[in-house]
Amino acid sequence: MDDDDRVFKALADPTRRFLLDLLFARDGRTLSELDAELEMSRFGVMKHLKILEDAGLVVTQRSGREKLHYLNPVPIRLIHDRWIDKYNERRVSALADLKHDLEKGKDQSRG
Amino acid sequence: MADESSTTQVYRVYIKATPQAIWDAITQPEWTERFGYGGSAEYDLRPGGAYRTVSTSEMREAGAAMGYEFPEVMVDGEVLEAEPPHKLVQTWRMCMDPRLMGEGFTRVTYEISERNGGVSRLTVTHELSGAPMLAAMVSGHGEEQGAGGGWNFILSALKTLLETGQPMLHG
Repeated sequence: MDDDDRVFKALADPTRRFLLDLLFARDGRTLSELDAELEMSRFGVMKHLKILEDAGLVVTQRSGREKLHYLNPVPIRLIHDRWIDKYNERRVSALADLKHDLEKGKDQSRG
Repeated sequence: MADESSTTQVYRVYIKATPQAIWDAITQPEWTERFGYGGSAEYDLRPGGAYRTVSTSEMREAGAAMGYEFPEVMVDGEVLEAEPPHKLVQTWRMCMDPRLMGEGFTRVTYEISERNGGVSRLTVTHELSGAPMLAAMVSGHGEEQGAGGGWNFILSALKTLLETGQPMLHG
């Protein structure tokens, strides 16, 4: 599984999207704080957080005795930027082809 | 409500590059001019050393052409810790706008660690307590209004530059 697969897989679950929404609303939460928002066992929440962490969408940092969870939007941005670049390239190459065809046509009509 | 943990933002990216290459890209002007918002970083890499990112002459000319006086100093601050090529802690103040500048100094920590397969991990932690406008800006919330995509955009562009040797096409 590559990095993008992990991101898509992590996002393909409503509980995990809800966890990301919680962190978007207020970042840097502890497991107990996230746990309190969900009707699910603590173990279940931990499993979902682990999948989000493996996908790079959540980064944890220690603060004293606590582990804080932060939303990391960079992996989503990378997917976005790669696709935009891809479309731009196609658009640019389509224009280059069109220019080439038009110029060829011009040459032919001239000759 | 706005305790320290909730006003901190954390960004992480994996880059196929050595920690040294990433360190140089963050601290050397010939690299900082080529990704993100651009500008030349000037670092005195020791505790208490000065930091600033200044606009390039191209940026100032482009600004002048649009009737905007581009400031010389874009960002300033002070180095708090420098352990090349793994950890850089500094204060960071946005000087492009008087209101942002008025929010004062925030704190940025860069942590770079080597992973498997020639990949390094860069984590940027930006502590933004007392700087709500800057927090919105660096999180990319103003992107549609032309304020740029913040750390997301900077780190994506840094990854592209280091992995392909070419700057990212769009910005």
